[in-house]
Amino acid sequence: MQEALQYVFSGITNGAIYAAIAVGFSLLYNSTELINFAHGEFVMLGALILVTLWNIFKLPLPLAFFITVFTVSGMGLLFERLAIRTVSKPHPIVLVIITVGASIFFRGIGMLLWGKDSYSVPSFSDHAPITIFGASLLPQSLWILVIVGISVCALHFFFKKTLTGKAMQACAINKRAARLSGIHSEKMVLLAFFLSTGMGAVAGIIIAPITMCSYNMGTMLGLKGFCAAMLGGLGSLWGSLIGGFLLGIVEALGVGFFSSSLKDAIAFLLLLLILYMRPGGIMRVKEVKRF
Amino acid sequence: MSSKLLRKTASYGIFWIAVAAAGMSIDNSYYLQVLTFIGIHSILALGLNMLMGYAGQISLGHAAFYGLGAYTTAIMTVHYDLSPWLALPCAICLVILVAFIVGLPTLKLSGYYLGMGTLGFGMIVHIIFREWTSVTGGASGYVGIPPLELGAFSFSSSRNYFYLVWCTVLISIVLCQRLIDSRIGRALRSIHDSEHASKAVGVNTRNLKLQVFMLSAALAGVAGFLYAHFVSFISPGTFDFIVSIRIVTMVVIGGMASIWGALLGASLLTLLPEWLHAFSDFEMIVYGLILMLVMIILPQGLTRGILDIYERSHKKYFK
Amino acid sequence: MNVLIKNISNSIQPENDSESHSVAGENSSIVRIEAICKSFGGLQALWNISFDVRPYTVQGLIGPNGAGKTTLFNLIAGAYYPDKGRIFFDQIQVQGKRVHDRVKLGIARTFQNVELFESMTVIENVLVGQYVRTRSGFWSTIFRMPWTIKEEQGAREEAKKLLNFVGLEQYAEVRSSDLPFGWQRLLEIARALASKPKILLLDEPAAGLNAVETKQLGELIKKIRDQGVTILIVEHDMSLAMDVSDRIAVLNQGRLIAEGTPREIQSHDAVMAAYLGGGK
Repeated sequence: MQEALQYVFSGITNGAIYAAIAVGFSLLYNSTELINFAHGEFVMLGALILVTLWNIFKLPLPLAFFITVFTVSGMGLLFERLAIRTVSKPHPIVLVIITVGASIFFRGIGMLLWGKDSYSVPSFSDHAPITIFGASLLPQSLWILVIVGISVCALHFFFKKTLTGKAMQACAINKRAARLSGIHSEKMVLLAFFLSTGMGAVAGIIIAPITMCSYNMGTMLGLKGFCAAMLGGLGSLWGSLIGGFLLGIVEALGVGFFSSSLKDAIAFLLLLLILYMRPGGIMRVKEVKRF
Repeated sequence: MSSKLLRKTASYGIFWIAVAAAGMSIDNSYYLQVLTFIGIHSILALGLNMLMGYAGQISLGHAAFYGLGAYTTAIMTVHYDLSPWLALPCAICLVILVAFIVGLPTLKLSGYYLGMGTLGFGMIVHIIFREWTSVTGGASGYVGIPPLELGAFSFSSSRNYFYLVWCTVLISIVLCQRLIDSRIGRALRSIHDSEHASKAVGVNTRNLKLQVFMLSAALAGVAGFLYAHFVSFISPGTFDFIVSIRIVTMVVIGGMASIWGALLGASLLTLLPEWLHAFSDFEMIVYGLILMLVMIILPQGLTRGILDIYERSHKKYFK
Repeated sequence: MNVLIKNISNSIQPENDSESHSVAGENSSIVRIEAICKSFGGLQALWNISFDVRPYTVQGLIGPNGAGKTTLFNLIAGAYYPDKGRIFFDQIQVQGKRVHDRVKLGIARTFQNVELFESMTVIENVLVGQYVRTRSGFWSTIFRMPWTIKEEQGAREEAKKLLNFVGLEQYAEVRSSDLPFGWQRLLEIARALASKPKILLLDEPAAGLNAVETKQLGELIKKIRDQGVTILIVEHDMSLAMDVSDRIAVLNQGRLIAEGTPREIQSHDAVMAAYLGGGK
C-alpha cells in the first residue's frame, strides 16, 4: 500500500510534466493543425538554459525562470517565421518533416553549446521531503504540480476570459470565418507558437531538478507528451491534463510492479489500447482528417 | 501512351546500365558498401512509398518490420544454424503476419492518430528487441550472421552483394510499378484522394489498405534480411524510432507517389551523413538545416519539385 | 452517334432488360423502403418512411431544407445505417450492408459537392469506377497475366465509351481537378455509371450549375434512364426535379408527406403548405 502510494506520487510528478508538454502540443495543434516534432527539443532547451542561467550565471531563480521561458518562446517564434511560414504549399506531412529537421537541428545546437555532458540542478527549495502515509513526497514534486497548475489555469483563463484568447479559439474552429470577422489569423498562429514553446520551456525548467539534463533528453519527453495529448484527445486542454496524469501514473505503477526496462513499452501499449478502443482520445475529440 | 511506355522501358534500361556500370567500374569497397546501403534503403523507401505516397496512409513504425526481417533471419541462422534461404520466406511470412495483426485495428485510424498508432507499435517492437534478451540477444544483439551463399557461389564480396541488393531493388521497382499502373494501384490512389468517394465506387478500402500495408511491410522485411546478412551483426539501435522517421523522410524528400523519387530520397539520406562527417560537431545542425531547406524550397519533394520547375518553364497548362 | 449509344446501352445496361415489367406486385420495385427511422443524437431525421422506387424510372426526392432527403439518400447508398426499418434492393435486404457491397449489387451514387479523385486524369477516374466490375488480383497483376492485360484494355475501351456518353472524350488525359465544375459533375456521373449500376443515386446534381448546364443535365438523366438504369434524384432545383422525374416523393420534417407523379405533387395541398410555409 505504502509502496503503491509512493509509485503514485512519482507518477503524478511525471504526469504533471507530461501534461505540461501535452498542453504545448494541443495548443499548437488547435491553432495550426500541426504536430511539432521539435517540441521535445524546446523542453530540452528550457532545461539547459535554466541550468546555465541559474547554476552558472547564478541568477536568482525567478529571474532565470522568466528569461528562460521568454528565450525559448522567442526561438519558437523565430522557428515559425523562418521555417513554417515560408513553405508555399504546406501539406501536413511536409510540415511534419520540417519539424523533424528542426528537432535534429536544435539537438545539434544543444550538443554544440552544452556538449555531451549531463547537468543537474538542485531542487527549487531545500525543504525536507514530506511523508504522507509512509510515502515521501519530494518538495520539487509540489513545485512541479503548483507550476503546472498555475500555467494551465492561466491558459484556461486566457482562452475563456480574454478577447485575444477567444479570437485564438475562433481561429482554431474556423480560420476563414475568423478572418472574415477581422481576426488577424497570422498573429494568432504566432501567438500559438509562443504559448506552445513557452509551455515546453516551463516543462523543461520544472523537470531539470529531478532528471539529468543533456542535449538528447528532449526526444523521448516530446514523444511521451505527444502520447499524452493523444490519450486525452488532441487539441483539448483538459484532455491533455488527463492524458498526462494517466500516462504518468500508469507508467510509474508499471515500473514499480513490473520492470523499469518496460517503462516506455507501457506508455505506448496504453496509447495503442486507447487508440483502438476510443479513437479520438478520452475526451473524444472529433477525429482529425489529415494526410 | 506508347511514348509513356517507351520512356518507362528507357528508364529501366538506363537503370540497369547504371547498376552494371557501377558494379564493374567501382573497386573501392567502401563505395560499394555505401551503394549497397542505398539499395537496402531504397527497398524500404519503395515499400513505404506504396503505403504513404499512393494509398496516403502514414506509418511511423516501419523500422519494426525492417527489424523483424533482420532478427528472424539472425535467430534462424545463428541460433538454429538453418539456411538463410529458409529464413527468408519465414521472415517475410512473419512480417506479413505481424503487419496483418497490427494493421487490422491500426488502419482504422487516420491522420496523426494513425501516425501515433504505428509509432507506438514501432516503439514496442524496438523495446522487445532490446529487452527480450533470451531470444533477441538484448542490447548487444546478434553477431556472426553468416554471409549468403548460393551453392558454390558466395555473396560475401562487396561486389557480389551489391549486385544481389540492386537486383532486389529492380524486382521491387517492377513489382511496385506494375501494381501502380493496374486496377489495384488506381484504387489505392483513389483512397489517397478521397476515401469517401473510393468507398462509393465500390473499393473495399479497409481490405485494400491492409493489403498494401502488408506489402510494404514485406518489402521492409526483405530489406532487413539483406541488411542482416550484409553487415553480419545487428543490434536494436538499427531499428529504433529515428530509423522509422528516416524512412518516412526518404519518401517525402524524394517525392511522394514517385518510384524514382523513393530511390532519390534513399540515396540522398544515405549519402548525406557520409558527406557530413567532415562537419564533425556541426553534423547534426547541417543535417537538420538541409532537411528543412529541401522541404521549404521543394515541398513536393525533389522529383516532383524539379519536374514542376522544368514544366513551368517549358509549357503552359490547360486551364 | 446512334451506334455509340447502343454500345453504351450494352455496357451500362443491367442484366435483366425486361422492358415490360409488371406494374403491380413484388417486382414493381427496385428499391423498397420499409418503415425507416433514423435519428442523430436527439434529432429525429427520418420517421417511419416507406415507399417504392419503380424500376426504369426517375424517382425524384424533394423537400425543404432539413427535411431528411440527404439522410434518406445516404441510408440507401450505405453511408449511414437506419435505426429501424428495412431497405430492399432487388428483393435483397441491404440496410446492414457496407457501401462497397452495395456498389457490387448495383447501387451507385454521386456526391452533392462532387468528389472526384483529383490527382488522377479524367479517364483514370472512370477506370476506378469499374473497380467492382473487374477482378485482376494482386498476383495476376504482378505477373502481367494475359487476361489482366486484356481486362485492362477492355476497361479502357469502356471508359472511353462512357466519356463519350457524357461528352468528355476529348479530355480523357486531363487532370480531373482541372475540369470546369459542370464537367466535373458529368465525370462523376460517368464514374458512377462505370460500375454498371442498376440504380443511380444523384445527390443534388444541379447544385452549382447554370441554367444551360442544368438543362443538359436533365437531358443526360433521361438518356441514362432510357438505357435501363433506374435513377433516384435528390434535388433542390424544382424545375429540374419536375422535368426529369417520373415520380416524386416529398419529405418534410423527416416524414413522407406525398408521393406521386409530378403533376399530382404540384397540386398537393400538404406539399404547397410545406414549401410556402403555411401552417395547418
